[in-house]
Amino acid sequence: MNLAVRPLTAMIDPEAGPPDCATYEQRGGWQATRRTLNGLAPGEVIDIVTRSRLRGRGGAGFGTGQKWSFVPKEPASERRKYLIANADEMEPGTFKDRWLLEGNPLQLIEGMLLAAYAIQAGHGVVFLRGEYHLACQRLERAISEARSRGWLGENILGSGFSFDIHVHSGAGRYICGEETALLTALEGRRATPRSKPPFPQTGGLWGAPSVVNNVETLCNLPHILVNGPEWFVGLGTGGDGGTKLYGVSGRVRRPGAWELPIGTPLRQIIEDHAGGMRPGYELRALLPGGASTAFLDVTSLDIAMDYGSVEKAGSRLGTGTAIILDDRTCPVGMILNLEHFFAQESCGWCTPCREGLPWVERLLAAIEEGTGEHDDLDQLARHGRMLGMPGRTFCAHAPGAMAPLASGLKLFAEDFAAHITRRGCPLRHAA
Amino acid sequence: MSTADHPLPVPMQTEILALAKAELRPRGAAIAALRLVQARFRWISTPHLREVARLLDMSPDDLDGIATYYNLLFRKPVGHHVILLCDSVSCWIMGRERLCAHLRETLGIRPGETTPDGAITLLPTVCIGHCDHAPAMLVDESLHGDVDVKHLDRITDSLRESHR
Ligand SMILES: Cc1cc2nc3c(=O)[nH]c(=O)nc-3n(C[C@H](O)[C@H](O)[C@H](O)COP(=O)(O)O)c2cc1C
Ligand code: SF4
Ligand code: FES
Repeated sequence: MNLAVRPLTAMIDPEAGPPDCATYEQRGGWQATRRTLNGLAPGEVIDIVTRSRLRGRGGAGFGTGQKWSFVPKEPASERRKYLIANADEMEPGTFKDRWLLEGNPLQLIEGMLLAAYAIQAGHGVVFLRGEYHLACQRLERAISEARSRGWLGENILGSGFSFDIHVHSGAGRYICGEETALLTALEGRRATPRSKPPFPQTGGLWGAPSVVNNVETLCNLPHILVNGPEWFVGLGTGGDGGTKLYGVSGRVRRPGAWELPIGTPLRQIIEDHAGGMRPGYELRALLPGGASTAFLDVTSLDIAMDYGSVEKAGSRLGTGTAIILDDRTCPVGMILNLEHFFAQESCGWCTPCREGLPWVERLLAAIEEGTGEHDDLDQLARHGRMLGMPGRTFCAHAPGAMAPLASGLKLFAEDFAAHITRRGCPLRHAA
Repeated sequence: MSTADHPLPVPMQTEILALAKAELRPRGAAIAALRLVQARFRWISTPHLREVARLLDMSPDDLDGIATYYNLLFRKPVGHHVILLCDSVSCWIMGRERLCAHLRETLGIRPGETTPDGAITLLPTVCIGHCDHAPAMLVDESLHGDVDVKHLDRITDSLRESHR
């Protein structure tokens, strides 16, 4: 039953721990692999995934089937190619991939195997953030179990297709989640992003064709291949296919994460699932999908949480995990906290981001501490415009950093002004 | 710590060479090798960095460019236990500043410092994916959520106890 409405998390049971190979198989696992490896051509898999309307769950929302279609078509045996799972999950306020990694690592392994078959990649890498110790243990254990049962390795199910997975534990830098920086990190270099083209699909890890997909994206694949693209499209409520892991953090009654149809209204997520605000607090605004998405205010609560609707409201679905700003927390302090993160995590490669983000942080700190001037607001807005535009910096880090700033300057104009005229924070974050 | 000057144990050298061999080029094992050294010695000293560079066929400066790039690779000695207190947005909203102030007071150190007895190092960390249980922290490898002052006292007491 659950498998039909919440496929991604149906097998996750925090009490029992992750399923082993036998349990996974008993509950429907590996079916997709059997059907696909011996029944479908790689091109057919790409076609099915394209028709399912699965879009990347890593933040940018690129069509997964379409992304794969740019990979050169030679069989895996003839050309070195890579399929990489992005498990870096470092976007502040995001805690969805850890749920899948710890709860059902075999599902990710099967998803990777299917994606690798579609693009004919023989090599798999999981780029796992270094702080996810439990996820690392469980993933390693699941990989060796899958290998010992023939789900990974040479000539899987006698299909002639070979694939294996290696886990790379990172050492903590947000930029490693950006797909080209991730490739650079795997090559043992300082992890700065690369210019595109070449795109990873043609010139990725060690120059070989590579696809980088988010953990949640990959975990959808076994279900799409068992139940078909029409079923997947039917799970969503708007134009997008499938379910989505949504989350809420901040001063709500029940912070957490839930698997829901993609396109579930924001209000329903916050009020029904997160239980609404804690007594004594009111919702003031929120970041709908992690730290690098623009603020939305209460007038947007009735939007559907799908890619198009959130964009129309002026923000991005991002990772789908919302961060709530309540009426007793200072918006200027919150934006300062966010910009401190982005300034610290700038990789330093291009000047506007390396110099601009710390400048933004200093201006915000001055305003919060009561030494800000009205001119500072113009300076902040100028940064928001200059760095916010994609193409002005080498990668999307700086535009992401500017999203909460530019939207916050407008939405909280009175708070910013009050900090300057009253020489400090009227709300002084007391916790 | 004196062990920082010792050569890397031979089994570790062998392990690093094996990691390097499993990669298309040896430098692909850079982070894994540095993590291995740190897991054993708690930090990466310059003599150790040089040895790893040699094993991976890299220049020491090249490897140091990687070692100094990452938040979780330590190029300075740290205490027996490391507390990584999340300083990202959800934890900030849920009161991590007060926890940080409490730790500064009870441990007598600022973030980035180690207690004089060498027991505990306090560091900030970016979001550790436990935002639904903010404020959150990692104590060595164990994850703690919904942390309050009482919880902190219990943990720091037990860390000091185990160090004694
Ligand atoms: C600064 C920055 C950080 C990112 N961090 C992550 C991350 O932690 N996890 C992730 O899956 N994608 C992250 N992305 C997006 C990736 O670049 C890439 O789009 C994604 O992994 C592709 O997978 P998908 O198509 O399945 O969504 C980040 C992007 C940027 C610009
Ligand atoms: S925008 Fe920032 S993070 Fe991206 S390459 Fe430039 S300096 Fe690095
Ligand atoms: S913001 Fe602290 S764990 Fe995510």
